Amino acid sequence: MNHQFELPANYKKWTYGLIGAGLLALIWGIAFYHPFTAPVAGAEGEEAVNSTRFWAVLLQNSVFFLLVVNAAMFFICVTTMAMAGWVIAFRRVSEAISSMVPILGIITFGILMALVFGGRSDIYPWVDKAAVAKDHILSGKSGFLNPKFFTIWSAIVIILWYLLGKKMRSLSLKSDENGPMDYETGKKFIWDNTVYASLFCVIFALSVGSTIPWLWIMSIDAHWYSTMFSWYTFASTFVSGVSLIAIFVIFLKNQGQLEYATEEHLHDLGKFMFAFSIFWTYLWFSQYMLIWYSNQPEETKYFVQRIGTAEKSGPYHVLFFVNLAINFICPLLILMKKGVKRNWTMVTFMAVLIIFGQWIDFFQMVMPGTVHEHYHLYPFEFGVACLFIGLIMWGVGKYLTKHSLLVKNHPFLKESMIHHT
Amino acid sequence: MAGGIKKFVVGCFSDEKVLFPAVKNVRRSGYKIHDVYTPFPVHGLDHAMGLRETSLHTAGFIYGITGTTTALTGISYILVHDWPLNIGGKPHFSLPAWIPITFELTVLFAAVGMVLTFCYLCNLAPFVKKHHFHPRATDDLFVMVIECTDKTNDAEVQQFLQNAGATEVNVQEAETGWWIGRYHKEQKLYKEEKGY
Repeated sequence: MNHQFELPANYKKWTYGLIGAGLLALIWGIAFYHPFTAPVAGAEGEEAVNSTRFWAVLLQNSVFFLLVVNAAMFFICVTTMAMAGWVIAFRRVSEAISSMVPILGIITFGILMALVFGGRSDIYPWVDKAAVAKDHILSGKSGFLNPKFFTIWSAIVIILWYLLGKKMRSLSLKSDENGPMDYETGKKFIWDNTVYASLFCVIFALSVGSTIPWLWIMSIDAHWYSTMFSWYTFASTFVSGVSLIAIFVIFLKNQGQLEYATEEHLHDLGKFMFAFSIFWTYLWFSQYMLIWYSNQPEETKYFVQRIGTAEKSGPYHVLFFVNLAINFICPLLILMKKGVKRNWTMVTFMAVLIIFGQWIDFFQMVMPGTVHEHYHLYPFEFGVACLFIGLIMWGVGKYLTKHSLLVKNHPFLKESMIHHT
Repeated sequence: MAGGIKKFVVGCFSDEKVLFPAVKNVRRSGYKIHDVYTPFPVHGLDHAMGLRETSLHTAGFIYGITGTTTALTGISYILVHDWPLNIGGKPHFSLPAWIPITFELTVLFAAVGMVLTFCYLCNLAPFVKKHHFHPRATDDLFVMVIECTDKTNDAEVQQFLQNAGATEVNVQEAETGWWIGRYHKEQKLYKEEKGY
């Protein structure tokens, strides 16, 4: 079988359609939400927050989708380090998704820089030097939360993700050129993979596992902090990343490709989606319960902004619990049975639902601290999401058509072919 | 579980590559496989033997939700109705604080319940002695046991197993099901068994 893939016309239509819709939303935003004028201090109401809303939506989507595509590379690296063979049948799919890291990385970095150096203190309160000097808590944090460290560390992290990811991809692509590996070459190949995968994981721990979500998202609520926040963000994006891999595997399978990816592989991807949804809930709940239990005013502020208090429910009350229902109750009850995890339609449905749910999760991380109660889930919000989805579809499609869909000389390929759960 | 002494034809195989086709042929010929004893878990053997999927996980789910309801009803009865205490000014009905305990009880019920169910299904309990069809099944032999009915011609089955590649074939009578320490003959120590 030829493992070269040609994009169907439908795929291209959807890709350009989504990018077009996204650009339309973006132009709409630039035209009507005045993103380049700082909000008038003290102004109230819808109009005043439109400019903030524009940037908050961009921040939410760019960070979310960057972390999701980067999670695909993390998936490759952890499975490499665990010497997992089963993933090889669809490894090119995860590689294709991770190949979007540089493009989304540049977009995200651009948006972050616009926020920090455009003086958007409505998004990041700590960029306003005068306010920080007066604020006891923010000046205490200024060693960490300052534009210089933010910029340099973000740049370093994105570049390292890109370089190490590129190395992992090129190792895999290069293995296609020569014939099947003998024992020594195969051993060296696995060793090289393991070395770069472990380097990536270390960087990943220092970035997504700790500092990056603190800097990019948690610093919106600059007075508040939670050490668990990064893990929570990681779980959120990792489960979405695995879901995205599952969607593309199912798509290619529908196109008659990926002959070695079977129900067994789908079953394991389904297990990952199930397990990490539970893991997400564990972190979501742990963060919530510790704050609820200790009841410190400076900590509960985060949840008061969202759910409100016993007397008055907050603006995000419904969204907050819908988030829990989509990301916990649905995966728990639907993905629990073996038959569902082996059912292509159900896994597709759950993967889309999980990605949507985690997108909502990011939405309620970013919005309360920026636009407060004036949030909307209007075509603008979804349009910007479409732009990023379209970009990912474009990049993934390009990678999948350019390279063979099978890592045909990988030493673990046979293990993946006979994989049996 | 009905016990009773039954007759079995036992065939020993030294290689799983011989065992797999033999299992398939035995099933195709319509003989009833009582069980196959292997020194280690053989991947795909359950499938080849045509064993149905286990329902143990469904039992686990039921035990789990039993644990959840036990915890929630227990705690809410105690902390809301029976003996309400003011703990840090929290409401009496404070669900977040109960979740860890609820989770633990769910896991505990599911785990203990599943272990006990598993033991029951495998006829395992303290003081229950099991008949060993061949002592080397725990060492290096794959032992296939075929159950005989009234109509089974055991000579024919023995011949069949021989042809399928069994290195050693014999007929044994053993009690099945739950029997606690009852034996029709004295059990020998592993060392004293033939073939050690």
